[in-house]
Amino acid sequence: MTTPLLEVRDIAKFYGHRIGCDKVDFDLYPGEVMGIVGESGSGKSTLLNCLAGHLTPDAGQVRFEMRTGEMADTVTMSEPERRMLSRTDWAFVHQHARDGLRMNVSAGGNVGERLMAVGARHYGNIREEAIDWLGRVEISETRVDDRPTAFSGGMQQRLQIARNLVTGPRLVFMDEPTGGLDVSVQARLLDLLRGLVREMGLSAIIVTHDLAVVRLLADRLMVMKDGHVVESGLTDQVLDDPQHAYTQLLVSSVLQV
Amino acid sequence: MIEIEGLSKTFTLHNQGGVVIPVMEGGALSVARGECVGLVGTSGAGKSTLMRMIYGNYLAASGRILVDGLDVTKAEPREILALRRQTLGYVSQFLRVVPRVATLDVVAEPLLAVGVHAEAARETARGLLTRLRIPERLWSLSPTSFSGGEQQRVNIARGFAHEYPCLLLDEPTASLDAANRETVLGLIDEAKARGAAIVGIFHDEAARDRVCDHTVDVSIFTPKAA
Repeated sequence: MTTPLLEVRDIAKFYGHRIGCDKVDFDLYPGEVMGIVGESGSGKSTLLNCLAGHLTPDAGQVRFEMRTGEMADTVTMSEPERRMLSRTDWAFVHQHARDGLRMNVSAGGNVGERLMAVGARHYGNIREEAIDWLGRVEISETRVDDRPTAFSGGMQQRLQIARNLVTGPRLVFMDEPTGGLDVSVQARLLDLLRGLVREMGLSAIIVTHDLAVVRLLADRLMVMKDGHVVESGLTDQVLDDPQHAYTQLLVSSVLQV
Repeated sequence: MIEIEGLSKTFTLHNQGGVVIPVMEGGALSVARGECVGLVGTSGAGKSTLMRMIYGNYLAASGRILVDGLDVTKAEPREILALRRQTLGYVSQFLRVVPRVATLDVVAEPLLAVGVHAEAARETARGLLTRLRIPERLWSLSPTSFSGGEQQRVNIARGFAHEYPCLLLDEPTASLDAANRETVLGLIDEAKARGAAIVGIFHDEAARDRVCDHTVDVSIFTPKAA
């Protein structure tokens, strides 16, 4: 019997007396990809940031299975411990690649920096590994010394993914990873992410408002409204047989192509 | 392999005045290994609904659906996903794939998901695509640009790539020419011979008579209008 990689219990975050998110509860198992959908202001990004340690929740626990096998509460752990996690076992893919990249450092440097943060020192090895990862996200070796400012939006996003995955994380948080990209670039990125998730056995939590993206990427789905989870379940079940009024509205509002 | 009893289903339309539509009551079905059961009934009687409930795609209101011992109506998402990966295949009427992925990889994917080596998976995929007469020059292209009949055959190839012990087939011979129809019926016979339990919807009566061991009329599960 496998045990959860992440146990989230009763997470709440308030902005004054306004609810960010409240009473969020779920387990994520190794290799699972969970989508969180909801309109803007539904609390999905707040929740993601609470889970990833960017925001401190006002209540609840986020327990993560460390490599030693013990469950550690990431809300109460020390800042250096949490920072170590976010450099090694966790990755965070931002909606805007510029938030996740160092724009004045070369593409190779962006990938190599994360390796150095976990102790890699040999320049040749770091460069080789960086080039290998750029290849995996379909960025040509000839661009390794270019800065991300010279890259297109889609390339920047792929570079951000390479930078995040190079250290072999076990859990990836993604905030609208395909938002703001044009459709053909989105498709390519989705294909890439699916392949990486399968090959590396990654677990991921993806926040998006795009139902087509979750259908293709996520095993499970959580629907949020006004800071609360109104429905959750198997992705295709929630989308094809939604039970809650809000989910029904959401699904029926999607424009058919 | 598949045991269903006391199954019911309602749809509640919250945004249309909260109308509750009961669509099934007292649903029951039993499929043994090596057996093919055909679902019959008029359009709208609930054949596809029943099939989708077996696949875990629709939630049941009550009753149970055992597939290889797992009660799909109560299982966790990850248990259903594992069941779909290893045990339960579904050939729907529509192909849904990630754009840009080559046909060969679309067909090989279910095998990769159960840990088959990439080259062996592609070899199986090539064999199936050849049998289903998809020209080799199309294999490296995404099936999203294919004709309806071609997409249907890619979908079938994908559904038969991994030897699932249970298979759900929704109109597998619709929109196929005689030769391809024959190939699909052959694939179904082979699956039965290796012990697969199959539930199928066939409007093609000749096809149904040939592969189905018996049929179940789902309209007996339709709730009587109050």
